Amino acid sequence: MGTVPSALKHCLSYQHLLREQLWSGEPPPAQARVLLKEDNKNVLTVTDLYRDYKEYQKSELPEYVKIIEVGPRDGLQNEKVIVPTDIKIELINQLAKAGLPVIEVTSFVSSKWVPQMADHTEVMRGIERHPGVRYPVLTPNLRGFHSAISAGATEVSVFGAASESFSKRNINCSIEESIERFEEVAKLARNMNIPVRGYVSCALGCPYEGNIKPVKVAEVSKRLYSMGCYEISLADTIGVGTPGSMKRMLEAVMKEIPLTALAVHCHDTYGQALANILTAMQMGVSVVDSAVAGLGGCPYAKGATGNVATEDVIYMLNGLGINTGVNLYKVIEAGNFICTALSRKTNSKVAQASSVFEL
Amino acid sequence: MAALTRRAVPRWAAAALRPMSAARPGPPVTPPSPQLGSAGPRRVKIVEVGPRDGLQNEQAVVPTEVKIRFIDMLSETGLPVIEATSFVSPKWVPQMADHAEVLKGIEKFPGVSYPVLIPNLKGFQAAVTAGAREVSIFGAASELFSKKNINCSIDESLQRFSEVMEAARAANIPVRGYVSCVLGCPYEGKIAPAKVAEVAKKMYAMGCYEISLGDTIGVGTPGSMKEMLSAVMKEVPLGALAVHCHDTYGQALANTLVALQMGVSVVDSSVSGLGGCPYAQGASGNVATEDLVYMLDGLGIHTGVDLQKLMDVGAFICKALNRRSNSKVAQATCRL
Repeated sequence: MGTVPSALKHCLSYQHLLREQLWSGEPPPAQARVLLKEDNKNVLTVTDLYRDYKEYQKSELPEYVKIIEVGPRDGLQNEKVIVPTDIKIELINQLAKAGLPVIEVTSFVSSKWVPQMADHTEVMRGIERHPGVRYPVLTPNLRGFHSAISAGATEVSVFGAASESFSKRNINCSIEESIERFEEVAKLARNMNIPVRGYVSCALGCPYEGNIKPVKVAEVSKRLYSMGCYEISLADTIGVGTPGSMKRMLEAVMKEIPLTALAVHCHDTYGQALANILTAMQMGVSVVDSAVAGLGGCPYAKGATGNVATEDVIYMLNGLGINTGVNLYKVIEAGNFICTALSRKTNSKVAQASSVFEL
Repeated sequence: MAALTRRAVPRWAAAALRPMSAARPGPPVTPPSPQLGSAGPRRVKIVEVGPRDGLQNEQAVVPTEVKIRFIDMLSETGLPVIEATSFVSPKWVPQMADHAEVLKGIEKFPGVSYPVLIPNLKGFQAAVTAGAREVSIFGAASELFSKKNINCSIDESLQRFSEVMEAARAANIPVRGYVSCVLGCPYEGKIAPAKVAEVAKKMYAMGCYEISLGDTIGVGTPGSMKEMLSAVMKEVPLGALAVHCHDTYGQALANTLVALQMGVSVVDSSVSGLGGCPYAQGASGNVATEDLVYMLDGLGIHTGVDLQKLMDVGAFICKALNRRSNSKVAQATCRL
């Protein structure tokens, strides 16, 4: 709190402390290895990259959290600078090597609407497919679905909204109409044995409608789940949520959807993301979306941030002793790589702080 | 730097944010803390450390009149406690060289406390002469940090402070105690919760009315926060505890939330997240008061603070420092 020397680059204790927090780097003792559950819809990878965690008071939190890396899609989609195809491919490959179990690769939308995703086919075809890693792509309709499959996609995502106004402004149709479109996709996907993930936007607030009723979020989630989505990602699209609104929304949704099928997708626009994610985990949610380097701004608040940074989420999970299978250092490296390509600073606080210590 | 237009909550956000009162935009309000359970507080006292902890760690030296205006503006937001300055030697902390002028120059709003940091008896006396009516002292949970920071062991530092405590008691001046490095130390690494509890207990026993537990390098996570608080709560009453989280690794609000869930009801923060981290060049330090208030408003917890006015103060001081705000709420509602 008083004056302190500023150069602590060689402070070994600090480096050691950070390593413990960030990632132990040592393989865990044999008895601590856990074979993770596998079911038809959601194959989890066995991982031997986690540290011992304390037994105390961890019973309320999940033992394993699956991280859905949306940087290459949701992140890049909201970045102004158009990233060359080979850079996108390299980013995705680096993320896979970091141990991320699910990486949302691209979006099969019209390049007229989302120029950043114009190279969706080339990216899908160009990436390395690491065993045990899943590569979902966004598909807004049947046409996008067909293109995705032709390009080699093995999993797709569809997105509804909990707000009528948002649905109309974003995809030019009502929630009901969008659900009908997705049902076509879901039906075909089912026949082809392709898993479908559903997103619900504006789960905690809408830029046009303001407050969103939790029961509405539950209703839309239920529709998506009933049509066959194996997982529903509840998105705080404009980041206005706080632990209180997160809890109320989840309580309503949990009445309709099993906990294991729920994910949270928090935006950090108001700095609330980690607190909201913690709240969700305390309620048993064990799937969290995030974007490397906190890529992607907020189209509704100029200059503001968007996605929560994967590095910061993993730092918290590591500190809580929750297994993710992800190597934080490699994520930080991937983040540095893409930020250099985008000529921008990272949005991850962990990356910013860690850069000093060359860990 | 481009001229900044007045920051206002955009229309769409105002729609999303149901204000608690006409003058106060904020996130949708829930009924008082059902999320926090029965242990959660209904009110939280925010201790604003921007003028001291914040400015102290900023490169640009701020003119005295700007500091005074800054503190006066903070007083108008409804903040109940504003740490005004530090009576340390200007040789060590040039930013705080004008401590006496600042303390004498600020308007003392009724109902608002203006504690000042003091390192020793000499500083205490100077502070009282300048009109201080509350002081803060700081210990550390790490021996090495204590030695490197103030050149003596923890016990020796507490010895020094016992003289201060005696003088403060005689003058009827409340003393707040800080404990640094409660969740990790740049020199020692991991810090045992029992050690934090021991130092906190000693400071409380000496007469500090409140103990602020500081995650000085921001390495803590909700797990380590919970563990540390569990140990400290055995030795110091809950009502006398505060948390001072740094956001260097983005963990501050999550850590603060856990503290609130355990019943802590006093939180330190710094407007605009002023003050970097001396241990990680370019990294952030204090958690931003705006972001904290946003979360507390959303939880239905009373703070007494007007978020819009707070954002105005943040804009003012960032302009004076020629830097961007570290507050996400400020960034989101900014009109550039």
